[in-house]
Amino acid sequence: MSKPALSTAFWALLRRDFLLAYRRRAELLQPLVFLLVVVTLFPLGVGPSPQLLANIAPGVIWIAALLATVLPLDSLFRSDYEDGTLEQMVLSGQPLALIALARILAHWLVAGLPIVLLSPLLAVWMNLPDAGVPVLIKSLIIGTPVLSLIGAIGAALTVSLKRGGQLLSLLVFPLYVPLLILATSAVSAAVAGLPYNGQLGLILAGMIAALTLAPFATAAALKLSLS
Amino acid sequence: MNRFMLFFHKTGSPPWFYRFAGKLIPWLWVGFAVLTATGLYMGLFLAPPDYQQGESVRIMYLHVPAAWMSMMIYGMMAVMGFIALVWRIRIMEVLTISSAPVGAAFTIIALITGSLWGRPTWGTYWVWDARLTSELVLLFLYIGVIALYNAYDEPRKAARAASLMAIVGAVNLPIIHYSVLWWNTLHQGSSFSASGSSIHPSMLWPLLLMAIAFKFYYGANLLSRARLRLLKQDHRKRWVHELLVQESE
Repeated sequence: MSKPALSTAFWALLRRDFLLAYRRRAELLQPLVFLLVVVTLFPLGVGPSPQLLANIAPGVIWIAALLATVLPLDSLFRSDYEDGTLEQMVLSGQPLALIALARILAHWLVAGLPIVLLSPLLAVWMNLPDAGVPVLIKSLIIGTPVLSLIGAIGAALTVSLKRGGQLLSLLVFPLYVPLLILATSAVSAAVAGLPYNGQLGLILAGMIAALTLAPFATAAALKLSLS
Repeated sequence: MNRFMLFFHKTGSPPWFYRFAGKLIPWLWVGFAVLTATGLYMGLFLAPPDYQQGESVRIMYLHVPAAWMSMMIYGMMAVMGFIALVWRIRIMEVLTISSAPVGAAFTIIALITGSLWGRPTWGTYWVWDARLTSELVLLFLYIGVIALYNAYDEPRKAARAASLMAIVGAVNLPIIHYSVLWWNTLHQGSSFSASGSSIHPSMLWPLLLMAIAFKFYYGANLLSRARLRLLKQDHRKRWVHELLVQESE
């Protein structure tokens, strides 16, 4: 039996992941509801003053997005690891980095993209000035893939551990620091009427770097977890 | 086989490494003790107080070398971890994970001495300044590596996972540093550059002595930890038995 082409394998994996996600719709909604709840807690905690909320809006929305992306990360490879699918994927002869990339892309489409779509609502809740909203959406579009890419490395490193969830957050949160700084400063700059393209450009550069490096690190971590 | 390759292969063998490290450790401790005694005497008694900061500047002789060590050890971990992953040398795995607690300790020392120094000079124990923040993030990275190692049951797999995490962290560390630097800064810049230093020799010498002394400490502590870890991992192997028989005689 000959090996299927790279693209065939990639799309087959992506299709399978979508099907799995669609059959577990309720699970899919949890991180989004979590996102809404976390953002709701802030006005309750710091007070409903519109000016105060507008000041902290970029940070709050981004931190909530960060937490909501990490939440489903723990299960990124877990079920495939437990039922042996992951081993079969390694044995399939396809490059493991490509398999990881398909999995990461699926994770972003079901966990990252909905956050981008929800962000205008969050901006209204947090009283973010109109000038900041397009930049917030842009920063989330190019920033959330970085969350998925770097998070996948942590997920692959902790997949063979029984209680990997807390450890996963400890591993990946420090790595998210530059992204958080750049994204929130881009939104704040836009609100203040300052140029923000530099920050967005740096996030984009970070995304491209993560896109090229993270699948290989994830593949190495998966091999290690299976050994 | 040439002499270098022979040495290289020998260091990869646990019994040889155990004996070699055992001979080296006392000398490293001696170097550490002599350099620390000289460096501290010069720093605490001979060096002049700063014309602005007064006596509090003497914290520098602990703070700056500790901060240097915290970064150097993380870099060492990434390099040794890379070697461990690529060539699967067990000694390197052991050295990588044994470096982590020492590096974390130096990071904590740098943070504590820094905050004690910040109180009289900046008027506050803690600010969200670039260097302080990246040092704190570095501490979290160290803790992550140690926690990942402890989470695994099998020591070799654990060490390889920790090595990979150290490499991922090392790739991110410069990005974290520059992003935080650009975010907010109060800390003075580095007083050292390729063209020379802006510190007077009377203060520079104790600082450099302390920096070298800390490197000796790292070497001694690292090798002791690595020896102990090897003994624990190999406690059923023959060389450990022979060693125990030898030592009890």
